[in-house]
Amino acid sequence: MKQDWPLWEVFIRSKNGLEHRHFGSVRAADAAMALDNARDVYTRRNEGVSIWVVASKDITASNPANNGELFEPAKDKVYRHPTFYKVPDEVKHM
Amino acid sequence: MEKMNTENHIQYIYGIADNSLILGQRLSQLCGHGPTLETDIACTNIALDLLGQTRNYYQYAAQCMGESATEDTIAFLRTERQYRNVLLVEQPNTHFGYVMARQFLFDVYHLLVVTQLQESTDSMLAAIAQKSVKEVQYHQRFSAAWIKRLGDGTAQSHQKIQEAINDLWKFTDELFYQNEHDIAAIHAGVGVDVSTLKESYMTTVTEVLTEATLTIPAETWFRKGGKEGIHSEHMGYLLAEMQYMQRTYPDMKW
Repeated sequence: MKQDWPLWEVFIRSKNGLEHRHFGSVRAADAAMALDNARDVYTRRNEGVSIWVVASKDITASNPANNGELFEPAKDKVYRHPTFYKVPDEVKHM
Repeated sequence: MEKMNTENHIQYIYGIADNSLILGQRLSQLCGHGPTLETDIACTNIALDLLGQTRNYYQYAAQCMGESATEDTIAFLRTERQYRNVLLVEQPNTHFGYVMARQFLFDVYHLLVVTQLQESTDSMLAAIAQKSVKEVQYHQRFSAAWIKRLGDGTAQSHQKIQEAINDLWKFTDELFYQNEHDIAAIHAGVGVDVSTLKESYMTTVTEVLTEATLTIPAETWFRKGGKEGIHSEHMGYLLAEMQYMQRTYPDMKW
């Protein structure tokens, strides 16, 4: 193909009650075709109950070159995790 | 209602199942050939659906036959004249337009048949039909969408899909032809009277083709013969490839 179809990101909810998760991407001429393609490529093994597709070009992404300033500072701030409390034994599923 | 004999029963099952087998085989020849990764997987999915349906029908036919018959002997060890599929499904994958036109012209018919077959007095056939309906609904949704995209796409895609429709149209009348086995099955309440489906078929096909800015050819000459075992020149090659392993290594198992 001389000209590729635009890229779409595929999000699938595997069960009711769970959130949609990013599964991958497909190429398609428009949103309707992207939905069908996502169904054919990503739900062949009973993976989903709902599909979202989003044009990849509409996603604003952070630049990996900025990872240092964006993410490094959080690494040594363990006190931001709520791990300094003693959880009473009666509290389950924490 | 008359009770039907085993031979009629088996031939009736072949008449439905062989369409799925041969179209499934045709589609599986495209596996890995695109035109895009997504359409490749979609066509392969459809092929697998059809082969899955075929297995259900053949297992049931083998059970009716008894003796040493199995789904594999039915699929692989018959001669060309013993296959009851319509000519449409054996036509080659000339280009993507032909693949989608063949699929669409069959899917509309197939959906009408399995929908009706759910009412069969043969509970096994009714159950297989019930399982197939949702699959076939998707097949039709997929092929109809492509007919519209290609017909209402570029000048070139329009010309190519119209060419495919024109070429394949002569095979559509056979879909509604019924042989003696079909008639016996209808009398027994087992079979679907496909002659009553033609009107719905024409309505759906016309609707989709009109939306796709395509026209139904004004053809009055139709080909038939597949249901009687008289196939087109393409069938022998298809069977040679499909039966190769069983013919070369008899009784071979995976």
